[in-house]
Amino acid sequence: MEFALTDEQRMLDDSLRGYLARALPLEDLKTLARTAGGLAEDYRRALSEMGLPGLMIPAEHGGSGLGLLDAAVAAEALGYHAVPFAFAGPGVMAPIAVQAMANAAQQGEWLPKMASGEMRVAVAFAGGTGQTGTADASLSDGELTGRVEGILDVTGATHVLVVLPDGRAALAAIDAPGVSAKLKPTLDRTRPLADISFAGARVDVLDASNDAVAATRRVRDAGRVMLAADTLGAAQAMLDKAVAYAKERIQFGRPIASFQAVKHMAAETATELEPCRALVWFAAHAHDAIPEEAHVAACHAKAHLAEVGRHVQTTTTEMHGGMGFTELMGLELWFKRISLDRHALGGPERCRHEAAVAQGWVSA
Amino acid sequence: MDLSYSDKYRALQDEVRSFIAANREASPSAVGIRRKPDAKILAWQRLLVENGYAARTIPKKYGGFGASPDVMEAAIIAEEFSKAGVASGIMSQGISMLVPTLLEVGTEEQRERWIRPTILGETVWCQGYSEPGAGSDLANVQTKGVLDGDHFVVNGQKIWTSSAHYADMMFLLCRTEPDKPKHQGISYLLLSMQTPGIEVRPLRTMTGKATFNEVFFTDVRVPAHQIIMGRGDGWTVANITLKYERMMLGDANKFMHRVHRIRALMETTRIDGERLIDKPEWRDRLIRLQGEVMASKYHQMRLLTDAAKGVDSGLGRLVVKLYGTEMGYRLSALAVDVYGAAGLAYDPHDEGQPGEDDPATAWHADHMYDLGLIIGGGSSQIQKNIISERGLGMPREPKPAIPASTKG
Repeated sequence: MEFALTDEQRMLDDSLRGYLARALPLEDLKTLARTAGGLAEDYRRALSEMGLPGLMIPAEHGGSGLGLLDAAVAAEALGYHAVPFAFAGPGVMAPIAVQAMANAAQQGEWLPKMASGEMRVAVAFAGGTGQTGTADASLSDGELTGRVEGILDVTGATHVLVVLPDGRAALAAIDAPGVSAKLKPTLDRTRPLADISFAGARVDVLDASNDAVAATRRVRDAGRVMLAADTLGAAQAMLDKAVAYAKERIQFGRPIASFQAVKHMAAETATELEPCRALVWFAAHAHDAIPEEAHVAACHAKAHLAEVGRHVQTTTTEMHGGMGFTELMGLELWFKRISLDRHALGGPERCRHEAAVAQGWVSA
Repeated sequence: MDLSYSDKYRALQDEVRSFIAANREASPSAVGIRRKPDAKILAWQRLLVENGYAARTIPKKYGGFGASPDVMEAAIIAEEFSKAGVASGIMSQGISMLVPTLLEVGTEEQRERWIRPTILGETVWCQGYSEPGAGSDLANVQTKGVLDGDHFVVNGQKIWTSSAHYADMMFLLCRTEPDKPKHQGISYLLLSMQTPGIEVRPLRTMTGKATFNEVFFTDVRVPAHQIIMGRGDGWTVANITLKYERMMLGDANKFMHRVHRIRALMETTRIDGERLIDKPEWRDRLIRLQGEVMASKYHQMRLLTDAAKGVDSGLGRLVVKLYGTEMGYRLSALAVDVYGAAGLAYDPHDEGQPGEDDPATAWHADHMYDLGLIIGGGSSQIQKNIISERGLGMPREPKPAIPASTKG
């Protein structure tokens, strides 16, 4: 029994964070966020070379065959540096969906391309997540019609995979006839959301799952754990920045970090945040190793990190005083990142309700 | 990460389940930390220690079970006891705080003498730390210990001393080196509460019960060899003990048990004919707390893994007391809210523990007691100082310019 990351997971964490700290200074990040176009090609190539696209794809299809805890380690690092890199969809939800729902031929065709980064698949849910906005699509004779709003990770995507309420999924090329994708300027400038309309678009249907409802839940749970891990990283970054700022900022002739009013805000924030790491780790680990606890853990991780994230984004911005309210420090990038994580794939109230239903506290 | 139930763990789970099935009649209804263990509790404790369900990792030579630390084993045992609704082992200051302190810094002779009767519940300890002028500023203790031959002679007063009215022994902080700086003049002594010169006066708390005491010392003679570490090392020892106290107060299994009790309560409590569990605003309060408890549960497993590997968890360890006591208070607050007006009847008889037979009364007492836990053992505000200074590296509040001659 061991509740800790493995040496390999720590190495993944170190190498990712090491690269991001060197390669993505704040000024570059602010520029990328201003242009809202996602990560510049050279960053994306470097992260792909570090294996992020193929992390969750089995070795026989050219990936690393790692699990959701490894992905959570990566997501936390990406959140910590507020990286405009599409990971939760193409790197995590799409590989899980394809493995759970696609037939062997489809898997053989798509997974190697996804592992190499040649095929980048955003994941859209036509309902079922509790996310607000239109989420409605139907499949008829291999043609998809409908509209899904607020889709993650469409920046740079070559395809979109629409998970349907009946447990099937439909894969369409992003530029296929009948597919109209529109990236919109989003609160979180590091990860724009997209609205996609489908007008009888020709799609590949994924219907090989023998338990379609469980398969869609697994995809959704994995996405939620990734957003929780992203919040964990972003919140930790905000706390670290606030503590560092408080040690430097002098008022009344001393660093504000020596005032108890400021210290206590930091301590309360750290006390809320630190135990979150173990909850995220558990939820990610359970996804692969303890299936009977995975769904409740994913709901709790998403909901709890949303609430703690709200606390952290508030207190750490306050600790920066007026500077926190400006764009000068770039702190707002992390604030907005946490806000997006909270609302995407279902807010905390929705996730807690699902946890209650899953435990039989109440009927759906 | 490896949380799998290997054969070893499945075997332990079966073993615990059959133990409970065979022995559940012997379980006391509750093993409170607010009363002296009676014969039934002592017999149960002995049974648990013999089977390794209490004092599991205490070495055999000191009367424990001698298992090596294993987070999963501890979690399985706690979970099975909690699910079956039978009492787990005694939680007391002696077992949770003094015993680990002795294992860490006691002499071989001290360990052999004190650990066995303590883990069996036969020797009850109280903690002689706080004084009227030394609360949050604990290092300001003024109770004096003066060496006279082979004894320390102790004079002074302690306050907030839980269970002093029935404890057999006390671990005491007193000033033995008055000429040394505040933190270096303290020693940590063990003494019998039967020693002449000790007077215990009950202190009634807001719960209506006298769970606390004031303790007065007049020329109390303590054998000099009953010191832990050396003269002037008391502050070091006290902090070791406090580390364990703070871990005890953050025990997540206790909180998960509370979540399940409150859920059961919500299933039987109705307003306008509707069960509270079916009302979203009530259910959401509980499910939200469940998420917090889950975080603390896995955080505890992470810390225990660190401890087993000899890694200092740093910040992770420092947050446990603050997180646990504040969360525990919110849990008991929800329970008393579920009882609502119907749970306001409150009659805390002072003799023994009646009153607590009524669950609503017990929850109200817990709710107030939980506030005491927020204040005691280093208040939440002191915890925040510790977390920000030792965990986050923020500077100490500058000392006000008070003339050196001013004491207090």
